[in-house]
Amino acid sequence: MTSRTPLYEVHTAAGGKIVEFAGWEMPIHYGSQIKEHEAVRTDAGMFDVSHMTAVDVTGERATEFLQKLIANDVAKLGFEGKALYSGMLNEAGGVVDDLIVYRTRWGYRVVINAGTTAKDLEWMGPIAARFGVTLTPRRDLAMIAVQGPNALAKTKAAKPEIAALIDSLAVFVGLPHGDWFVARTGYTGEDGLEVSMPAAEAPAFWQALTAAGVAPAGLGARDTLRLEAGMNLYGNEMDDSISPLAAGMGWTVSWEPAGRDFVGRQVIEAEKAERSAGKAGLLKQVGLVFEGKGVLRSHMKVVTETGDGEITSGTFSPSLQVSIAMARVPLAVKVGDSVQVDVRGTLQPARVVKMPFVRNGKKVFE
Amino acid sequence: MSTNIPSDLKYVASHEWLRLEADGTVTVGITDHAQSLLGDVVFIELPKVGAKLAEEAQAGVVESVKAASDVYCPIAGEVVAINEALEGAPELANTDPYGEAWFFRIQPANPGDLAKCLDAAGYAAEIGA
Repeated sequence: MTSRTPLYEVHTAAGGKIVEFAGWEMPIHYGSQIKEHEAVRTDAGMFDVSHMTAVDVTGERATEFLQKLIANDVAKLGFEGKALYSGMLNEAGGVVDDLIVYRTRWGYRVVINAGTTAKDLEWMGPIAARFGVTLTPRRDLAMIAVQGPNALAKTKAAKPEIAALIDSLAVFVGLPHGDWFVARTGYTGEDGLEVSMPAAEAPAFWQALTAAGVAPAGLGARDTLRLEAGMNLYGNEMDDSISPLAAGMGWTVSWEPAGRDFVGRQVIEAEKAERSAGKAGLLKQVGLVFEGKGVLRSHMKVVTETGDGEITSGTFSPSLQVSIAMARVPLAVKVGDSVQVDVRGTLQPARVVKMPFVRNGKKVFE
Repeated sequence: MSTNIPSDLKYVASHEWLRLEADGTVTVGITDHAQSLLGDVVFIELPKVGAKLAEEAQAGVVESVKAASDVYCPIAGEVVAINEALEGAPELANTDPYGEAWFFRIQPANPGDLAKCLDAAGYAAEIGA
């Protein structure tokens, strides 16, 4: 049984090719994934991200709850609207999900992935109960991500009522406007907004954005954009069995204060020490730029001088016109190294680079 | 979206088309339906000229942004020509699948094999068009 977002009819009317994704019927593209990708890099594109779940967190001990629940520290959220990216870990130090948490006037809003929503709520529920905190999944909301160098200007033109609010938003800040919530966040490596609103108001907003010259973009472009931006995809780069330290998420783990006992801390703290000691068998995340023929794909084997690794996401990069990938490789592999990738039985060369690959329309790696 | 299935070509269920040329060779490419399923094509690997391929042998790979898909040799034969233009312009497979984007040409081992392939109506039925 699949679900449809409030924008399903809008997608099919616009020629969207619908596929099943995480239990939802979503547009993969509206004709050309590459053109949609380019629209976001050079102008403005929009994605229906209503399948993701906003969960409001209320209660006197909401801060304590989140300091237990996630590996990053909500104490860093110094003012209302500020957002934080974090992993939510299990007791074994694996990643239950990655999420964004906003500090709000009612407490917090946490935005979690579509495919993990049921599992996440099951995980969060008992911990919330211990802190007397209430979790309210906002299934009444739709969410549209407008991304690209012209995203803010075109969104303001499409919805003048929120123009002043948009002007006030610093990067990684989100604030409410009535029933709406407007955040300067995204998953593309470009400037942009993620706007949530009551489901019934989503189609009209989408049409207004179309009229303002924002190109509809599907899940296909969303994936190539986030990969170029060096952003993880849950299920590819990490899952319940993968440590955030092996998934390039070390920067999202807040070790201070040392006394903050977030779930999974003991396990990944021990792992951190093992990494410092260069323990064999541990893997880390790197970017790869392909120098052979074809396209890198997830699960391909990466052969290095210090052992094997694996590609977690690979694609053809429309912006760079070359195949790129994220991979987990042995700790000794360094930026600039040459490695080999097993492409359907043939070993072909790839170069290790520091991610991201693309930011604000420009190639950024060496 | 309607798909283009020219009536003068032959087809196989793995989404290759075949055209008998005047000199008895057979030109092979992928169908409009196949390119539409793949989306933007970014890389095409072709067989080597001189390769002797069995029916349904892997003859190459088409990579789109989305996925990799094998290309099969629809009838047994020897590869006598490949379309080298596809190396620099794989997107031709999206824009002109039955023309500029032919993949390779074979000398059939058994010219009668062509008759066993699907006609346009048969292929249309195969893909539910």
